[in-house]
Amino acid sequence: MEGLTLSDAEQKYYSDLFSYCDIESTKKVVVNGRVLELFRAAQLPNDVVLQIMELCGATRLGYFGRSQFYIALKLVAVAQSGFPLRVESINTVKDLPLPRFVASKNEQESRHAASYSSDSENQGSYSGVIPPPPGRGQVKKGSVTHDTVQPRTSADAQEPASPVVSPQQSPPTSPHTWRKHSRHPSGGNSERPLAGSGPFWSPFGEAQSGSAGGDAVWSGHSPPPPQENWVSFADTPPTSTLLTMHPASVQDQTTVRTVASATTAIEIRRQSSSYDDPWKITDEQRQYYVNQFKTIQPDLNGFIPGSAAKEFFTKSKLPILELSHIWELSDFDKDGALTLDEFCAAFHLVVARKNGYDLPEKLPESLMPKLIDLEDSADVGDQPGEVGYSGSPAEAPPSKSPSMPSLNQTWPELNQSSEQWETFSERSSSSQTLTQFDSNIAPADPDTAIVHPVPIRMTPSKIHMQEMELKRTGSDHTNPTSPLLVKPSDLSEENKINSSVKFASGNTVGQQQTGVVAHPPAVPPRPQPSQAPGPTVHRPVDADGLMTHTSTSPQQIPEQPNFADFSQFEVFAASNVNEEQDDEAEKHPEVLPVEKASDPASSLRVAKTDSKTEEKTAATAPANVSKGTTPLAPPPKPVRRRLKSEDELRPEVDEHTQKTGVLAAVLASQPSIPRSVGKDKKAIQASIRRNKETNTVLARLNSELQQQLKDVLEERISLEVQLEQLRPFSHL
Amino acid sequence: MAVCVAVIAKENYPLYIRSTPTENELKFHYMVHTSLDVVDEKISAMGKALVDQRELYLGLLYPTEDYKVYGYVTNSKVKFVMVVDSSNTALRDNEIRSMFRKLHNSYTDVMCNPFYNPGDRIQSRAFDNMVTSMMIQVC
Repeated sequence: MEGLTLSDAEQKYYSDLFSYCDIESTKKVVVNGRVLELFRAAQLPNDVVLQIMELCGATRLGYFGRSQFYIALKLVAVAQSGFPLRVESINTVKDLPLPRFVASKNEQESRHAASYSSDSENQGSYSGVIPPPPGRGQVKKGSVTHDTVQPRTSADAQEPASPVVSPQQSPPTSPHTWRKHSRHPSGGNSERPLAGSGPFWSPFGEAQSGSAGGDAVWSGHSPPPPQENWVSFADTPPTSTLLTMHPASVQDQTTVRTVASATTAIEIRRQSSSYDDPWKITDEQRQYYVNQFKTIQPDLNGFIPGSAAKEFFTKSKLPILELSHIWELSDFDKDGALTLDEFCAAFHLVVARKNGYDLPEKLPESLMPKLIDLEDSADVGDQPGEVGYSGSPAEAPPSKSPSMPSLNQTWPELNQSSEQWETFSERSSSSQTLTQFDSNIAPADPDTAIVHPVPIRMTPSKIHMQEMELKRTGSDHTNPTSPLLVKPSDLSEENKINSSVKFASGNTVGQQQTGVVAHPPAVPPRPQPSQAPGPTVHRPVDADGLMTHTSTSPQQIPEQPNFADFSQFEVFAASNVNEEQDDEAEKHPEVLPVEKASDPASSLRVAKTDSKTEEKTAATAPANVSKGTTPLAPPPKPVRRRLKSEDELRPEVDEHTQKTGVLAAVLASQPSIPRSVGKDKKAIQASIRRNKETNTVLARLNSELQQQLKDVLEERISLEVQLEQLRPFSHL
Repeated sequence: MAVCVAVIAKENYPLYIRSTPTENELKFHYMVHTSLDVVDEKISAMGKALVDQRELYLGLLYPTEDYKVYGYVTNSKVKFVMVVDSSNTALRDNEIRSMFRKLHNSYTDVMCNPFYNPGDRIQSRAFDNMVTSMMIQVC
C-alpha cells in the first residue's frame, strides 16, 4: 500500500473506527461486515464503495487490515469531498474533512441496545444477531416489530424445512442464513450475500443495506458468525421463500448500518459466544450438533461412516471441493468416519462456511476433537469409513498392534502423531515379523512404542567405552563406566580390576545388580546357569527365568527411578562424551526405556543386535549377502543381520555383554551415581562376580533370541512366498 | 528435491501432477508420460516377486542428464512418479522412499475422504501442502 499520511485528528478518528470495526479484537484485521456497514453509513454510492474497497486492496486481500482500513477511510473522505477516487488522492488531497458516517454512534447504539434487550428476551442469546431474512424483509423500521416478527417468521420459514432442522425457535436465524448463503455459490447474487452478511451485523432488522451491489464484493467475506448460525440442511423450498423475501427486503432497506448496530451485535455475540474465538462451539450449537449426530448415528460414541456423512453434508449445498476440505480438516484421525467430536467440528465448519467464513487451513484448536476413545479411532484408522460403524464402534476390536494405544497417547500433536502412526505402523509391521517379542510389548510409555523399532547402535565400541571410562573416571560418575568395563572384562578378560573398582566405588552393587538382572525379564525361560555362586545372582536369574514382568515388578519398581534417571544419564552422557559416543550413550537410554517398559531384554537385544549388526552389515554387506540365502529383498536384510550376528556372536560376545553390561550398568549405576561412596574390596569383587554372571546370562539370552529371530524370519519368508503364490492378481 | 510429482491412476491418466514452475512444465509432463512405459515394464517384470513395501518402490526409472525419475506403484496400480534434479547431490534412496511413503500416506488420506470420488483429480489441500513440502524441503 502506498504510504498514507494522516493528520492527528484523522489518525485518532481512524483508529477509533478501526477498533470499532475490530470486533474480533484482532488489532489487525477488521471484520468486513462491520466495515461494510461503515461505508454504507458514509452514504456513498455503491460503486464508489466498491471502488474504494478495490483501491485500498481489501478486495485483493480479502480482508481489511489496518492499513487497508485507513486507506479506505481516507478514500471515503475523498469521495465525500467530491474528489475523484484515486490512489494518489490519498495523500495529495490536503485538508480533507474526516469521513462522515451517517447517524451518530450514540444514538444508534441506544436505539439498538433497546431493541437488542427486547429481542434477547424473546429469543435468548442467539436470537438477536441473525434476523431471519423474512423477518428482515418485513421489518424495516422499528426494531421491536422486527423482533417479534423474527421469531414468527423464523418459525414459519423453518417449518417447511426438512426434519433435519430440529430446533425451530431457538436457533432462529441460522437456517435462513444457511439458505441464504446457499445462494452464494450458486449465483453471486449480489443481494444475497449482502442479505447474508446483514443479519450478522444488525440484529434487529437494520441488516439490509441498500448498497447491495457494493456488497457483492463481500460475498465471500461476511464476518464470521461468532455464535453459530444453525445450519439447516434445508431443501430448496424454504430457500425459495427466502429468495422471494430477499429482493423485497433488500430493496426496501435503506437503513444505514451504523456503528451502534455493530456494537450491539458485538454485545450479542459476546453473549452468545466468545467472539475472541470465532471457532468456538457454544453449548447450544453443540447440542444441536449432537442432535443431528443422533439422527444419523444413535450411539453417541459411535461413528458416522463416510458415506452417511457425505450425504448429510451434501445437503448443505456447499461445493464438493469445500466439503472435501472440511472433511479433511475435521476427520482428525483420518479414518473415514466421524466421531461425535469430529462431526461437531465438521458441522461447525459447514455452518461457518455457509455464513461466508473462509475455511481455515488448519483445524482450529477449539474444534479439535477430544482425545478420548483413542483406541477406537486408532483401530479404525486406515479402514474405510463404511466398514460397519453403525453398531458400537466403541468396541471396535483393537485390530492394530498393541502399540497403537501408545501412539494414541501422542495424539495431541496431530501432525506428529499421524507421522508417528505411519512410521510406526510400518515399523511395527516389520518389527513384528522380526521378533515375536514385540507382541508382548505393552507400551506403557509412549516413547517406547515410538522409539523401540528404531535400530540404534547400542554397543559403543571398545574404544569408546574406554574413552567413556576415562572421561568418567575423572568424575564422580564412575559408575556408569565401570560396569561397562566390568562386563567385557567378565567374558574376555578379568584383568580390569581397576574398572571394577571404579564400578563399585559408587554402587550398592548388590541391590542394583538384582534390579539390573531382574530388569531384562525377557530372559528366556531357560534358567541361566550362573557361573558365580552368588545366591543373589541366582535369585534374580530365576526371576528372569520367569519371564514375567510381575516377578520383576518389585525390582522394576526401584528401577523406575533408574528409568527416570535415564534422562540424566542421557544428558550426562551427551555432555561428557563426544558426538559419536553421544549417539551411542543416548541410544542406550533410549533403548533402555524400551527395555524397561516392555519385554526389555529381548526386544532390546534385538534392537541392539539390529543396530549393532546394522553397522556391521553396512561394512560387510557382501559377506552377509552370501549368508542371507533368501532371495527376497526385505527378509535378507534382517536375516543377514541375524546370521551375521550369530557368526559374529562369539567375537562379539564382548560387545553383547558390553551392551548388556552397558544397560545393566547404566541401570544399576543410575541410582548409584549420586552415591559415590567407597566400598571394601569384598563387596566390589562380589559385585564383579555378579556382573559377570549377568553378562553370561544375557549373552546367552542374546544368542538364543537371535536364533529365534532367524527362525521367525525364515517362516516369514516362506509365508510371503505362499502368499504371493496365492495372490489372485499379480503384477502381470 | 522433487522437481515434479505426479500421481497417475490405474488407467494411466494423471490424477495429480505438479512441478516447480521454474521451467517449462510441459517438459516434466512429457517426462512423466514417458516414464509410465518404464513403470509398466517394471511392473510386468516383477511378476513373481513378493509385493512388499519395497516392491512398491520401483526405484530409479531412468536418468536423464538433468533429472532422475523415480517410480512407485501401489497395490491398486496407482503410480507415483517423481522427478528429481540430478544436480541435487544424490538424494539417497531412503529419502526417496520416504518421500514416496509420505505420498502414499497422503494419497490414502485423500481416498478416505468420502467426498473424493476415485478417479477425480486430487484437489485436497492437505495433499497439496504435503507435496509442496516435499518439493521445497529437499532443496
